[in-house]
Amino acid sequence: MLELRGVSKAFGGLKAVDDVSFTVARGTITGLIGPNGAGKTTLFNTVAGALKPTGGEIRLDGRRIDGLPSHRVYRSGLARTFQIPRPIGTLSVLENVMLAPTGQTGERAWNALLRPGRVRAEERANREKAVGILEFLNLIRLADEPARTLSGGQLKLLELARALMSDPRVILLDEPGAGVNPTLLGQIVERIAALNRRGITFLIIEHNMDLVMNLCRPVVVMAGGRLLMEGDPEAVRGDPRVLDAYLGGTA
Amino acid sequence: MDVLSYLVFFLVVAGIYAVATLGLNLQWGFTGIMNVGVVGFFGVGAYTAAYVTGPNYPDAFGGFGLHPLVGYLAAMVVSGAVAFVVGLPTIRLKHDFLAIGTFGIAICIQLVAMNWKSATRGFDGLHSLPKPFAAAAGSPFAANLAYLVMVVAIILLVTLALERMVRSPWGRMLRAVREDETASAALGKDAFRVRLQTFVMGSGLMGLSGALYANFTGFVSPQDLLPIFTFQVFVMLVVGGSGNNWGAILGAVVIWGLWTATETVLSALLPPGLQQQVAAVRIVMVGLILVAMLLLRPQGLLPERRNVSPEARLKP
Repeated sequence: MLELRGVSKAFGGLKAVDDVSFTVARGTITGLIGPNGAGKTTLFNTVAGALKPTGGEIRLDGRRIDGLPSHRVYRSGLARTFQIPRPIGTLSVLENVMLAPTGQTGERAWNALLRPGRVRAEERANREKAVGILEFLNLIRLADEPARTLSGGQLKLLELARALMSDPRVILLDEPGAGVNPTLLGQIVERIAALNRRGITFLIIEHNMDLVMNLCRPVVVMAGGRLLMEGDPEAVRGDPRVLDAYLGGTA
Repeated sequence: MDVLSYLVFFLVVAGIYAVATLGLNLQWGFTGIMNVGVVGFFGVGAYTAAYVTGPNYPDAFGGFGLHPLVGYLAAMVVSGAVAFVVGLPTIRLKHDFLAIGTFGIAICIQLVAMNWKSATRGFDGLHSLPKPFAAAAGSPFAANLAYLVMVVAIILLVTLALERMVRSPWGRMLRAVREDETASAALGKDAFRVRLQTFVMGSGLMGLSGALYANFTGFVSPQDLLPIFTFQVFVMLVVGGSGNNWGAILGAVVIWGLWTATETVLSALLPPGLQQQVAAVRIVMVGLILVAMLLLRPQGLLPERRNVSPEARLKP
């Protein structure tokens, strides 16, 4: 459903992502691994519209999304989280989540001014949905707290909560496990699996191999900006090229 | 009677500042747009009102002689339109870059007012602008009092409308764009559009402020378009409370009070040789107030609300 064909992203002479092609099949949790500097986050940013690709095509359900700005990619059904969480610090956790749906009636100034009844009704429905998601992710007791007071792991959950609000078909998670304590990590893994069973497709960048082995199938490996291999986690783990990429050989 | 008459005059001017400060609050306070060209949009509004309401000058454009209320509306529309044209290429700029851009635009507007003599009469300015209620009121005091009532009514109307707009999903979106454009875009918000919209709306209010000024003093000239005005409005907003509409109004009254009081006090205290320095000392003093405020109470006298949309709370 998410199809990358020959995607490249160069910064001047540096090819951060070089001719990468793979497909994220519907209903999978696809892992994206590789040593630091392999180009994984650049690839994410290119898919999500934060960066324009310098070559190649990206399709979501057949529709081209390469080169679209972030907000349009999001509206076409692809949500992403950030490696370093980006909460709106002064907004409450609940309002961070309620921010996410696009096309809210009250997001137009004149509707807010002239149609307060309709805006209020929509806000209540929006709140109900947000509360459901916060309950699902165990953040509900922090709902009215400013987002800046959350811990690193809680912020990862908040990022996921915001991504869920718009009912995306694909979610890109950038290192959901980094800097998260083992208990919370177990919770995150379990929630991702539950969402996947409900039909959401995931593409996950992760360094935590336990998480990748447990959750992701297939796994795509990048090194030096290029696609190294793609396969089942077991196959990837045993492949000498992957070991070589991680342990210092030049890819 | 003298004191009362001065108080009325003082409050009208403070109210005119408050309208501009409310405009800047929408841009800087809510959306994080660093507009350092406030006086430019104020000036566009003042000259627009002068053309729409003023007499027919033999040596300048204009003189439609329409009612001041028409002038106020025209000033808002024209200032907003200028902001739209200026904003299209510049509003993508961030922080200091946008500040330099908007500052330059305000300087350009002042230079046009100074030098395009066939349209603006240069430093001679546009005079004899009608003052609403002047004829009906009888005395100058009654006219000023009536003007004050009108200014207060306009401020209340504007503030209540702004409050309703800002305490909503729209206001939430402004706050998100202010704090993190990348995250906002990743949640489907069109940050460029949001920034352009509030830039236009805020500049419209600055234009209204200029029009209120023009029809109050009855005279507009390039002397009214100095960058010090922008500085004053920024200090008013920061002291009053950036992101709080009532704070913007309070800041305008407090800072305009200090500004006028220091003139009286300094004139009385300084020796004759230094009397000419009063204006400069005053700017230094207000600058010190700004610095002290930023160090001791950066959120301003009235801080912004934590909760944006009233419905978006778990516990009421």
